Amino acid sequence: MFRNVAELVQLAETNQVKIAEIMIRQEIEVSGLTREEIIAKMDKNLTVMEQAVERGLRGVHSHTGLTGGDAVLIQNYIKSGKALGGEVLLDAVSKAVATNEVNAAMGVICATPTAGSAGVVPGTLFAVKEKLQPTREEMIEFLFTAAAFGFVVANNASISGAAGGCQAEVGSASGMAAAAIVELAGGTAQQAAEAMAITLKNMLGLVCDPVAGLVEVPCVKRNAMGASNAITAADMALAGVTSRIPCDEVIHAMFLIGQSMPSSLRETAEGGLAATPTGRRLEQEIFGNGNTVKLKNLIIT
Amino acid sequence: MKYRSAFDIIGPVMIGPSSSHTAGAARIGRVARTLFGKLPKKAIISLYGSFAKTYKGHGTDFAIVAGLLDLDTFDERMPKSLVIAKDLGLEVVFQTEEAVTDHPNTVKINLYGGDEELELVGISIGGGTIEITELNSFPLKLSGEHPAILVVHQDRFGIISAVTSVLSKYEINIGHMEVSRLDKGEMALMVIEVDQKIENMVIEELSNLANVTKIIRMAE
Repeated sequence: MFRNVAELVQLAETNQVKIAEIMIRQEIEVSGLTREEIIAKMDKNLTVMEQAVERGLRGVHSHTGLTGGDAVLIQNYIKSGKALGGEVLLDAVSKAVATNEVNAAMGVICATPTAGSAGVVPGTLFAVKEKLQPTREEMIEFLFTAAAFGFVVANNASISGAAGGCQAEVGSASGMAAAAIVELAGGTAQQAAEAMAITLKNMLGLVCDPVAGLVEVPCVKRNAMGASNAITAADMALAGVTSRIPCDEVIHAMFLIGQSMPSSLRETAEGGLAATPTGRRLEQEIFGNGNTVKLKNLIIT
Repeated sequence: MKYRSAFDIIGPVMIGPSSSHTAGAARIGRVARTLFGKLPKKAIISLYGSFAKTYKGHGTDFAIVAGLLDLDTFDERMPKSLVIAKDLGLEVVFQTEEAVTDHPNTVKINLYGGDEELELVGISIGGGTIEITELNSFPLKLSGEHPAILVVHQDRFGIISAVTSVLSKYEINIGHMEVSRLDKGEMALMVIEVDQKIENMVIEELSNLANVTKIIRMAE
Protein backbone atom coordinates (compact mmCIF):
# COMPACT_ATOMS: atom_id res chain seq x y z
CA MET A 1 0.00 0.00 0.00
CA PHE A 2 1.45 3.41 -0.95
CA ARG A 3 1.62 5.95 1.86
CA ASN A 4 2.78 9.02 -0.01
CA VAL A 5 3.19 10.48 -3.49
CA ALA A 6 6.86 9.46 -3.73
CA GLU A 7 5.92 5.80 -3.16
CA LEU A 8 3.01 6.09 -5.59
CA VAL A 9 5.21 7.46 -8.36
CA GLN A 10 7.88 4.86 -7.68
CA LEU A 11 5.35 2.01 -7.82
CA ALA A 12 4.09 3.26 -11.18
CA GLU A 13 7.63 3.64 -12.55
CA THR A 14 8.89 0.27 -11.27
CA ASN A 15 5.88 -1.59 -12.62
CA GLN A 16 5.79 0.55 -15.77
CA VAL A 17 2.08 1.17 -15.42
CA LYS A 18 -0.13 4.22 -14.95
CA ILE A 19 -0.92 5.59 -11.51
CA ALA A 20 -4.52 4.61 -12.20
CA GLU A 21 -3.41 0.98 -12.43
CA ILE A 22 -1.60 1.17 -9.06
CA MET A 23 -4.81 2.48 -7.47
CA ILE A 24 -6.91 -0.26 -9.10
CA ARG A 25 -4.50 -2.98 -7.94
CA GLN A 26 -4.55 -1.63 -4.39
CA GLU A 27 -8.33 -1.50 -4.43
CA ILE A 28 -8.49 -5.16 -5.54
CA GLU A 29 -6.22 -6.08 -2.64
CA VAL A 30 -8.02 -4.02 0.00
CA SER A 31 -11.64 -4.65 -1.02
CA GLY A 32 -11.43 -8.28 -2.12
CA LEU A 33 -13.56 -7.37 -5.15
CA THR A 34 -12.61 -8.35 -8.69
CA ARG A 35 -11.15 -5.88 -11.18
CA GLU A 36 -14.40 -5.96 -13.15
CA GLU A 37 -16.48 -5.15 -10.05
CA ILE A 38 -14.23 -2.24 -9.13
CA ILE A 39 -14.27 -0.81 -12.67
CA ALA A 40 -18.08 -1.17 -12.76
CA LYS A 41 -18.36 0.67 -9.44
CA MET A 42 -16.30 3.60 -10.73
CA ASP A 43 -18.27 3.54 -14.00
CA LYS A 44 -21.42 4.14 -11.95
CA ASN A 45 -19.81 7.13 -10.21
CA LEU A 46 -18.80 8.49 -13.64
CA THR A 47 -22.42 8.21 -14.79
CA VAL A 48 -23.61 10.16 -11.73
CA MET A 49 -21.06 12.88 -12.57
CA GLU A 50 -22.24 13.05 -16.19
CA GLN A 51 -25.86 13.36 -15.11
CA ALA A 52 -25.04 16.08 -12.58
CA VAL A 53 -23.19 18.16 -15.19
CA GLU A 54 -26.03 17.72 -17.70
CA ARG A 55 -28.55 18.79 -15.09
CA GLY A 56 -26.49 21.81 -14.10
CA LEU A 57 -26.05 22.88 -17.72
CA ARG A 58 -29.82 22.83 -18.20
CA GLY A 59 -30.00 25.39 -15.39
CA VAL A 60 -30.66 24.72 -11.71
CA HIS A 61 -31.23 26.96 -8.67
CA SER A 62 -30.79 26.29 -4.96
CA HIS A 63 -33.68 26.58 -2.50
CA THR A 64 -32.23 29.76 -1.04
CA GLY A 65 -31.71 31.36 -4.45
CA LEU A 66 -28.08 32.17 -3.52
CA THR A 67 -26.64 30.08 -6.34
CA GLY A 68 -27.67 28.69 -9.71
CA GLY A 69 -27.74 29.54 -13.40
CA ASP A 70 -24.08 30.57 -13.70
CA ALA A 71 -23.04 27.42 -15.60
CA VAL A 72 -25.56 28.33 -18.30
CA LEU A 73 -24.29 31.92 -18.47
CA ILE A 74 -20.71 30.72 -18.98
CA GLN A 75 -21.72 28.19 -21.66
CA ASN A 76 -23.61 30.89 -23.58
CA TYR A 77 -20.59 33.17 -23.32
CA ILE A 78 -18.32 30.45 -24.76
CA LYS A 79 -20.77 30.03 -27.67
CA SER A 80 -20.63 33.80 -28.35
CA GLY A 81 -16.99 33.35 -29.39
CA LYS A 82 -15.88 36.31 -27.29
CA ALA A 83 -14.18 34.30 -24.55
CA LEU A 84 -10.68 35.53 -23.69
CA GLY A 85 -9.56 32.44 -21.75
CA GLY A 86 -9.17 29.19 -23.69
CA GLU A 87 -12.32 27.23 -24.49
CA VAL A 88 -11.21 24.11 -22.60
CA LEU A 89 -10.54 26.25 -19.53
CA LEU A 90 -13.91 27.99 -19.56
CA ASP A 91 -15.71 24.78 -20.40
CA ALA A 92 -14.10 23.18 -17.31
CA VAL A 93 -15.16 26.17 -15.24
CA SER A 94 -18.78 25.99 -16.41
CA LYS A 95 -18.98 22.23 -15.84
CA ALA A 96 -17.43 22.50 -12.38
CA VAL A 97 -19.95 25.22 -11.54
CA ALA A 98 -22.76 23.09 -13.03
CA THR A 99 -21.96 20.20 -10.69
CA ASN A 100 -21.79 22.39 -7.62
CA GLU A 101 -24.99 24.20 -8.48
CA VAL A 102 -26.69 20.78 -8.50
CA ASN A 103 -25.05 20.01 -5.15
CA ALA A 104 -26.25 23.29 -3.64
CA ALA A 105 -29.76 22.48 -4.91
CA MET A 106 -29.58 19.19 -2.95
CA GLY A 107 -29.40 17.14 -6.13
CA VAL A 108 -27.49 13.88 -6.57
CA ILE A 109 -23.72 14.21 -7.03
CA CYS A 110 -20.61 12.12 -6.47
CA ALA A 111 -18.27 13.49 -3.78
CA THR A 112 -14.75 14.04 -5.25
CA PRO A 113 -13.30 14.08 -2.61
CA THR A 114 -16.12 16.01 -0.91
CA ALA A 115 -19.50 17.36 -1.97
CA GLY A 116 -18.43 20.99 -1.60
CA SER A 117 -15.54 20.34 -3.99
CA ALA A 118 -17.41 17.88 -6.23
CA GLY A 119 -17.21 20.10 -9.35
CA VAL A 120 -13.48 20.24 -10.00
CA VAL A 121 -12.67 16.64 -11.00
CA PRO A 122 -15.71 16.05 -13.28
CA GLY A 123 -15.59 19.63 -14.61
CA THR A 124 -12.02 19.26 -15.83
CA LEU A 125 -12.56 15.69 -17.05
CA PHE A 126 -15.56 16.56 -19.24
CA ALA A 127 -13.80 19.65 -20.60
CA VAL A 128 -10.53 17.96 -21.60
CA LYS A 129 -12.64 15.09 -22.96
CA GLU A 130 -13.68 17.34 -25.87
CA LYS A 131 -10.04 17.83 -26.82
CA LEU A 132 -8.42 14.48 -25.94
CA GLN A 133 -11.36 12.24 -26.94
CA PRO A 134 -10.65 9.54 -24.31
CA THR A 135 -12.36 6.14 -24.29
CA ARG A 136 -14.81 5.32 -21.48
CA GLU A 137 -12.08 3.17 -19.96
CA GLU A 138 -9.63 6.07 -19.95
CA MET A 139 -12.21 8.32 -18.30
CA ILE A 140 -12.63 5.73 -15.55
CA GLU A 141 -8.82 5.60 -15.21
CA PHE A 142 -8.84 9.40 -14.82
CA LEU A 143 -10.98 8.95 -11.71
CA PHE A 144 -8.65 6.29 -10.28
CA THR A 145 -5.64 8.55 -10.82
CA ALA A 146 -7.48 11.36 -9.04
CA ALA A 147 -8.41 8.90 -6.26
CA ALA A 148 -4.77 7.85 -5.78
CA PHE A 149 -3.62 11.41 -5.13
CA GLY A 150 -6.69 12.19 -3.02
CA PHE A 151 -5.98 9.06 -0.99
CA VAL A 152 -2.51 10.36 -0.08
CA VAL A 153 -3.86 13.79 0.91
CA ALA A 154 -6.72 12.29 2.94
CA ASN A 155 -4.33 10.07 4.92
CA ASN A 156 -1.51 12.60 5.38
CA ALA A 157 -3.37 15.89 5.65
CA SER A 158 -7.14 16.28 5.41
CA ILE A 159 -10.02 16.47 2.96
CA SER A 160 -12.37 18.13 5.46
CA GLY A 161 -13.09 21.87 5.48
CA ALA A 162 -13.97 21.66 9.16
CA ALA A 163 -10.55 20.16 9.91
CA GLY A 164 -8.30 21.86 7.34
CA GLY A 165 -10.16 24.68 5.59
CA CYS A 166 -11.06 24.94 1.90
CA GLN A 167 -7.48 24.11 0.88
CA ALA A 168 -8.34 20.59 2.10
CA GLU A 169 -11.45 20.43 -0.10
CA VAL A 170 -11.18 22.49 -3.31
CA GLY A 171 -7.38 22.46 -2.89
CA SER A 172 -7.27 18.64 -2.75
CA ALA A 173 -9.79 18.34 -5.60
CA SER A 174 -7.73 20.66 -7.82
CA GLY A 175 -4.53 18.76 -7.14
CA MET A 176 -6.25 15.45 -7.86
CA ALA A 177 -7.69 16.83 -11.11
CA ALA A 178 -4.38 18.31 -12.25
CA ALA A 179 -2.56 15.00 -11.73
CA ALA A 180 -5.30 13.07 -13.54
CA ILE A 181 -5.29 15.48 -16.50
CA VAL A 182 -1.53 15.02 -16.86
CA GLU A 183 -1.86 11.25 -16.93
CA LEU A 184 -4.78 11.34 -19.38
CA ALA A 185 -2.81 13.68 -21.66
CA GLY A 186 0.07 11.18 -21.73
CA GLY A 187 2.35 12.74 -19.10
CA THR A 188 4.52 10.66 -16.77
CA ALA A 189 3.74 9.70 -13.17
CA GLN A 190 6.36 12.21 -11.99
CA GLN A 191 4.76 14.96 -14.08
CA ALA A 192 1.40 14.11 -12.50
CA ALA A 193 3.01 14.57 -9.07
CA GLU A 194 4.52 17.91 -10.17
CA ALA A 195 1.09 19.09 -11.32
CA MET A 196 -0.41 18.08 -7.98
CA ALA A 197 2.34 19.98 -6.11
CA ILE A 198 2.01 23.12 -8.26
CA THR A 199 -1.77 23.14 -7.85
CA LEU A 200 -1.72 22.65 -4.08
CA LYS A 201 0.91 25.36 -3.63
CA ASN A 202 -1.56 27.80 -5.17
CA MET A 203 -4.33 26.69 -2.81
CA LEU A 204 -2.44 26.71 0.51
CA GLY A 205 -4.14 28.71 3.21
CA LEU A 206 -7.55 28.86 1.55
CA VAL A 207 -10.12 29.12 4.34
CA CYS A 208 -13.57 27.57 4.64
CA ASP A 209 -16.01 30.42 5.27
CA PRO A 210 -19.42 29.50 3.88
CA VAL A 211 -22.05 32.23 4.11
CA ALA A 212 -24.84 31.12 6.45
CA GLY A 213 -23.08 27.74 6.69
CA LEU A 214 -24.44 26.83 3.27
CA VAL A 215 -22.34 25.05 0.64
CA GLU A 216 -23.11 27.81 -1.85
CA VAL A 217 -21.20 31.09 -1.36
CA PRO A 218 -18.26 30.98 -2.04
CA CYS A 219 -18.08 27.21 -2.63
CA VAL A 220 -19.56 27.15 -6.14
CA LYS A 221 -17.14 29.76 -7.51
CA ARG A 222 -14.19 28.22 -5.66
CA ASN A 223 -14.83 25.11 -7.75
CA ALA A 224 -14.50 27.32 -10.84
CA MET A 225 -11.13 28.56 -9.60
CA GLY A 226 -10.11 25.03 -8.65
CA ALA A 227 -10.84 23.78 -12.16
CA SER A 228 -8.88 26.55 -13.87
CA ASN A 229 -6.01 26.14 -11.41
CA ALA A 230 -5.91 22.39 -12.20
CA ILE A 231 -5.79 22.90 -15.97
CA THR A 232 -3.12 25.60 -15.68
CA ALA A 233 -0.94 23.46 -13.40
CA ALA A 234 -1.41 20.39 -15.62
CA ASP A 235 -0.27 22.41 -18.66
CA MET A 236 2.72 23.73 -16.70
CA ALA A 237 3.75 20.21 -15.64
CA LEU A 238 3.29 18.89 -19.19
CA ALA A 239 5.48 21.78 -20.40
CA GLY A 240 8.22 20.47 -18.13
CA VAL A 241 7.84 22.85 -15.20
CA THR A 242 8.66 21.20 -11.86
CA SER A 243 7.92 22.14 -8.27
CA ARG A 244 10.93 23.12 -6.17
CA ILE A 245 9.13 21.77 -3.09
CA PRO A 246 8.37 18.04 -3.48
CA CYS A 247 4.68 17.09 -3.56
CA ASP A 248 4.70 15.25 -0.23
CA GLU A 249 6.24 18.26 1.52
CA VAL A 250 3.56 20.52 0.04
CA ILE A 251 0.91 18.12 1.38
CA HIS A 252 2.53 18.19 4.82
CA ALA A 253 2.65 22.00 4.72
CA MET A 254 -1.07 21.97 3.92
CA PHE A 255 -1.68 19.75 6.95
CA LEU A 256 0.25 22.09 9.27
CA ILE A 257 -1.49 25.17 7.88
CA GLY A 258 -4.84 23.48 8.49
CA GLN A 259 -3.80 22.71 12.08
CA SER A 260 -2.98 26.35 12.78
CA MET A 261 -6.10 27.75 11.13
CA PRO A 262 -8.51 29.24 13.68
CA SER A 263 -11.85 27.51 14.12
CA SER A 264 -13.64 30.61 12.79
CA LEU A 265 -12.17 29.84 9.35
CA ARG A 266 -12.91 26.12 9.36
CA GLU A 267 -16.52 25.67 8.29
CA THR A 268 -18.16 27.34 11.26
CA ALA A 269 -19.63 30.30 9.31
CA GLU A 270 -18.06 32.61 11.93
CA GLY A 271 -15.29 34.29 9.93
CA GLY A 272 -14.15 35.32 6.45
CA LEU A 273 -16.89 35.91 3.87
CA ALA A 274 -19.53 34.53 6.25
CA ALA A 275 -18.79 37.42 8.64
CA THR A 276 -18.98 40.21 6.03
CA PRO A 277 -21.94 42.61 6.31
CA THR A 278 -23.52 41.07 3.22
CA GLY A 279 -22.76 37.55 4.42
CA ARG A 280 -24.51 38.30 7.72
CA ARG A 281 -27.46 39.97 5.97
CA LEU A 282 -27.95 36.95 3.69
CA GLU A 283 -27.79 34.66 6.73
CA GLN A 284 -30.49 36.69 8.42
CA GLU A 285 -32.69 36.68 5.33
CA ILE A 286 -32.42 32.90 5.07
CA PHE A 287 -32.63 31.86 8.72
CA GLY A 288 -34.54 34.71 10.34
CA ASN A 289 -32.61 35.99 13.34
CA GLY A 290 -29.59 34.18 11.97
CA ASN A 291 -28.64 32.66 15.29
CA THR A 292 -28.84 28.91 14.85
CA VAL A 293 -27.44 28.35 18.35
CA LYS A 294 -30.72 29.59 19.80
CA LEU A 295 -32.36 26.51 18.34
CA LYS A 296 -31.32 24.62 21.48
CA ASN A 297 -33.93 22.17 22.63
CA LEU A 298 -36.02 22.76 19.53
CA ILE A 299 -38.44 19.88 19.41
CA ILE A 300 -39.60 18.70 16.05
CA THR A 301 -42.78 16.75 16.50
CA MET B 1 -4.60 4.94 7.63
CA LYS B 2 -8.01 6.50 8.03
CA TYR B 3 -8.95 6.14 4.37
CA ARG B 4 -8.58 2.74 2.80
CA SER B 5 -10.43 2.79 -0.50
CA ALA B 6 -10.45 4.72 -3.78
CA PHE B 7 -14.20 5.03 -3.24
CA ASP B 8 -13.64 6.96 -0.01
CA ILE B 9 -12.15 9.63 -2.29
CA ILE B 10 -14.30 9.30 -5.42
CA GLY B 11 -17.65 8.82 -3.69
CA PRO B 12 -20.08 8.49 -2.11
CA VAL B 13 -22.89 9.17 -4.54
CA MET B 14 -25.06 11.39 -2.41
CA ILE B 15 -27.65 14.11 -2.02
CA GLY B 16 -25.94 17.50 -1.60
CA PRO B 17 -24.76 19.77 -0.20
CA SER B 18 -21.98 18.46 2.10
CA SER B 19 -20.16 15.13 2.21
CA SER B 20 -19.19 15.53 5.86
CA HIS B 21 -22.26 17.39 7.14
CA THR B 22 -24.88 15.62 5.00
CA ALA B 23 -23.64 12.22 3.72
CA GLY B 24 -21.36 11.54 6.71
CA ALA B 25 -24.10 12.62 9.11
CA ALA B 26 -26.56 10.30 7.37
CA ARG B 27 -24.07 7.43 7.67
CA ILE B 28 -23.63 8.00 11.42
CA GLY B 29 -27.42 8.02 11.80
CA ARG B 30 -27.67 4.80 9.86
CA VAL B 31 -25.01 3.05 11.96
CA ALA B 32 -26.97 4.10 15.07
CA ARG B 33 -30.13 2.64 13.52
CA THR B 34 -28.34 -0.61 12.67
CA LEU B 35 -26.92 -0.94 16.16
CA PHE B 36 -30.33 -0.19 17.67
CA GLY B 37 -31.84 -2.83 15.39
CA LYS B 38 -35.21 -1.15 14.86
CA LEU B 39 -36.89 2.21 14.41
CA PRO B 40 -36.62 4.05 17.74
CA LYS B 41 -39.53 5.91 19.34
CA LYS B 42 -37.42 8.88 20.30
CA ALA B 43 -34.06 10.29 19.30
CA ILE B 44 -32.09 13.03 21.04
CA ILE B 45 -29.43 14.37 18.71
CA SER B 46 -26.69 16.56 20.20
CA LEU B 47 -24.53 18.49 17.76
CA TYR B 48 -21.04 19.82 18.52
CA GLY B 49 -18.53 22.14 16.81
CA SER B 50 -19.02 22.81 13.12
CA PHE B 51 -22.06 20.49 13.16
CA ALA B 52 -23.67 22.76 15.79
CA LYS B 53 -22.80 25.98 13.96
CA THR B 54 -23.83 25.03 10.44
CA TYR B 55 -26.23 22.09 10.65
CA LYS B 56 -29.17 24.01 9.28
CA GLY B 57 -27.37 25.14 6.13
CA HIS B 58 -25.96 21.70 5.47
CA GLY B 59 -29.10 19.70 6.19
CA THR B 60 -27.22 17.78 8.91
CA ASP B 61 -30.49 17.51 10.84
CA PHE B 62 -32.52 15.80 8.14
CA ALA B 63 -29.49 13.72 7.10
CA ILE B 64 -29.05 12.16 10.56
CA VAL B 65 -32.76 11.47 10.77
CA ALA B 66 -32.68 9.94 7.26
CA GLY B 67 -29.98 7.62 8.58
CA LEU B 68 -32.17 6.70 11.55
CA LEU B 69 -34.87 5.84 8.99
CA ASP B 70 -32.34 3.52 7.28
CA LEU B 71 -32.14 5.64 4.11
CA ASP B 72 -29.05 5.61 1.88
CA THR B 73 -26.86 8.70 1.23
CA PHE B 74 -28.33 9.04 -2.28
CA ASP B 75 -32.00 8.52 -1.34
CA GLU B 76 -33.98 11.45 -2.73
CA ARG B 77 -36.40 11.27 0.21
CA MET B 78 -33.59 12.50 2.48
CA PRO B 79 -34.59 16.21 2.58
CA LYS B 80 -38.10 15.16 3.69
CA SER B 81 -36.91 12.81 6.44
CA LEU B 82 -38.17 14.98 9.34
CA VAL B 83 -41.72 14.74 7.99
CA ILE B 84 -41.36 11.01 7.30
CA ALA B 85 -40.05 10.45 10.85
CA LYS B 86 -43.06 12.26 12.30
CA ASP B 87 -45.43 10.11 10.22
CA LEU B 88 -43.69 6.94 11.44
CA GLY B 89 -43.95 8.02 15.08
CA LEU B 90 -40.29 8.90 15.69
CA GLU B 91 -39.93 11.92 17.95
CA VAL B 92 -36.74 13.87 17.28
CA VAL B 93 -35.08 16.41 19.58
CA PHE B 94 -32.10 18.48 18.41
CA GLN B 95 -29.64 20.12 20.81
CA THR B 96 -26.63 22.24 19.97
CA GLU B 97 -23.79 21.98 22.46
CA GLU B 98 -21.07 24.50 23.28
CA ALA B 99 -18.57 21.93 24.58
CA VAL B 100 -15.37 21.64 22.52
CA THR B 101 -14.81 18.11 21.18
CA ASP B 102 -11.71 16.46 19.74
CA HIS B 103 -13.14 16.59 16.23
CA PRO B 104 -15.13 19.58 14.91
CA ASN B 105 -17.83 17.40 13.34
CA THR B 106 -19.13 15.45 16.30
CA VAL B 107 -22.64 14.20 17.06
CA LYS B 108 -24.05 12.28 20.01
CA ILE B 109 -27.19 10.27 19.33
CA ASN B 110 -29.39 8.88 22.09
CA LEU B 111 -32.07 6.46 20.96
CA TYR B 112 -35.02 5.18 22.99
CA GLY B 113 -37.65 2.58 22.16
CA GLY B 114 -39.46 0.20 24.50
CA ASP B 115 -36.99 -0.85 27.20
CA GLU B 116 -33.98 -0.26 25.01
CA GLU B 117 -31.59 2.68 25.06
CA LEU B 118 -28.51 3.40 23.02
CA GLU B 119 -25.97 6.20 23.15
CA LEU B 120 -23.54 6.65 20.32
CA VAL B 121 -20.93 9.28 19.48
CA GLY B 122 -19.82 9.63 15.87
CA ILE B 123 -17.44 11.91 13.99
CA SER B 124 -17.53 12.81 10.31
CA ILE B 125 -13.90 13.07 9.25
CA GLY B 126 -14.30 14.30 5.67
CA GLY B 127 -15.53 13.17 2.26
CA GLY B 128 -18.38 11.19 3.82
CA THR B 129 -16.06 8.92 5.81
CA ILE B 130 -17.08 8.45 9.44
CA GLU B 131 -15.95 6.87 12.68
CA ILE B 132 -18.05 5.78 15.61
CA THR B 133 -15.96 6.70 18.65
CA GLU B 134 -18.21 5.79 21.55
CA LEU B 135 -21.05 3.35 22.17
CA ASN B 136 -22.89 3.31 25.50
CA SER B 137 -19.82 4.98 27.09
CA PHE B 138 -17.40 2.42 25.61
CA PRO B 139 -14.67 4.03 23.53
CA LEU B 140 -14.31 2.29 20.18
CA LYS B 141 -13.38 2.80 16.55
CA LEU B 142 -15.86 1.62 13.97
CA SER B 143 -16.05 2.81 10.36
CA GLY B 144 -19.38 1.21 9.47
CA GLU B 145 -17.92 0.32 6.07
CA HIS B 146 -17.23 -3.32 6.79
CA PRO B 147 -19.38 -6.08 8.25
CA ALA B 148 -18.79 -6.10 11.98
CA ILE B 149 -19.75 -8.00 15.11
CA LEU B 150 -20.13 -6.22 18.42
CA VAL B 151 -19.98 -8.48 21.45
CA VAL B 152 -21.23 -7.12 24.78
CA HIS B 153 -19.82 -9.39 27.46
CA GLN B 154 -18.58 -9.74 31.02
CA ASP B 155 -14.86 -9.01 31.43
CA ARG B 156 -13.60 -12.58 32.09
CA PHE B 157 -10.55 -14.55 30.98
CA GLY B 158 -10.92 -16.71 27.88
CA ILE B 159 -13.81 -14.80 26.34
CA ILE B 160 -11.72 -13.38 23.48
CA SER B 161 -10.37 -16.78 22.48
CA ALA B 162 -13.86 -18.28 22.73
CA VAL B 163 -15.24 -15.68 20.33
CA THR B 164 -12.34 -15.85 17.88
CA SER B 165 -12.49 -19.69 17.91
CA VAL B 166 -16.06 -19.51 16.61
CA LEU B 167 -15.01 -17.08 13.86
CA SER B 168 -12.06 -19.27 12.97
CA LYS B 169 -14.34 -22.32 12.74
CA TYR B 170 -16.49 -20.53 10.15
CA GLU B 171 -13.36 -19.30 8.34
CA ILE B 172 -14.17 -15.64 8.97
CA ASN B 173 -11.16 -13.35 8.69
CA ILE B 174 -10.80 -10.48 11.17
CA GLY B 175 -9.77 -7.13 9.68
CA HIS B 176 -9.75 -5.06 12.85
CA MET B 177 -10.51 -5.91 16.45
CA GLU B 178 -10.53 -4.11 19.76
CA VAL B 179 -11.72 -4.69 23.30
CA SER B 180 -12.72 -2.10 25.88
CA ARG B 181 -14.28 -2.30 29.30
CA LEU B 182 -15.88 0.05 31.79
CA ASP B 183 -13.96 -1.44 34.72
CA LYS B 184 -12.05 -4.61 35.61
CA GLY B 185 -14.43 -7.57 35.75
CA GLU B 186 -17.39 -5.42 34.64
CA MET B 187 -19.17 -5.13 31.33
CA ALA B 188 -16.95 -5.06 28.26
CA LEU B 189 -17.29 -4.59 24.54
CA MET B 190 -15.51 -6.36 21.72
CA VAL B 191 -15.62 -4.82 18.24
CA ILE B 192 -14.65 -7.11 15.40
CA GLU B 193 -14.60 -5.91 11.79
CA VAL B 194 -14.55 -8.83 9.37
CA ASP B 195 -14.13 -9.37 5.63
CA GLN B 196 -16.96 -11.83 5.03
CA LYS B 197 -20.71 -11.84 5.36
CA ILE B 198 -21.78 -13.02 8.81
CA GLU B 199 -24.35 -15.83 8.75
CA ASN B 200 -27.10 -16.23 11.34
CA MET B 201 -25.65 -19.42 12.79
CA VAL B 202 -22.42 -17.61 13.63
CA ILE B 203 -24.37 -15.01 15.59
CA GLU B 204 -26.37 -17.75 17.31
CA GLU B 205 -23.27 -19.68 18.33
CA LEU B 206 -21.62 -16.52 19.67
CA SER B 207 -24.77 -15.65 21.65
CA ASN B 208 -24.61 -19.02 23.42
CA LEU B 209 -21.05 -18.54 24.71
CA ALA B 210 -20.61 -18.13 28.46
CA ASN B 211 -20.42 -14.53 29.72
CA VAL B 212 -21.73 -13.10 26.43
CA THR B 213 -24.59 -10.65 27.10
CA LYS B 214 -25.48 -9.51 23.64
CA ILE B 215 -24.35 -9.78 20.02
CA ILE B 216 -24.98 -7.02 17.50
CA ARG B 217 -24.38 -7.64 13.83
CA MET B 218 -23.53 -4.84 11.44
CA ALA B 219 -23.80 -5.65 7.76
CA GLU B 220 -21.96 -3.55 5.18
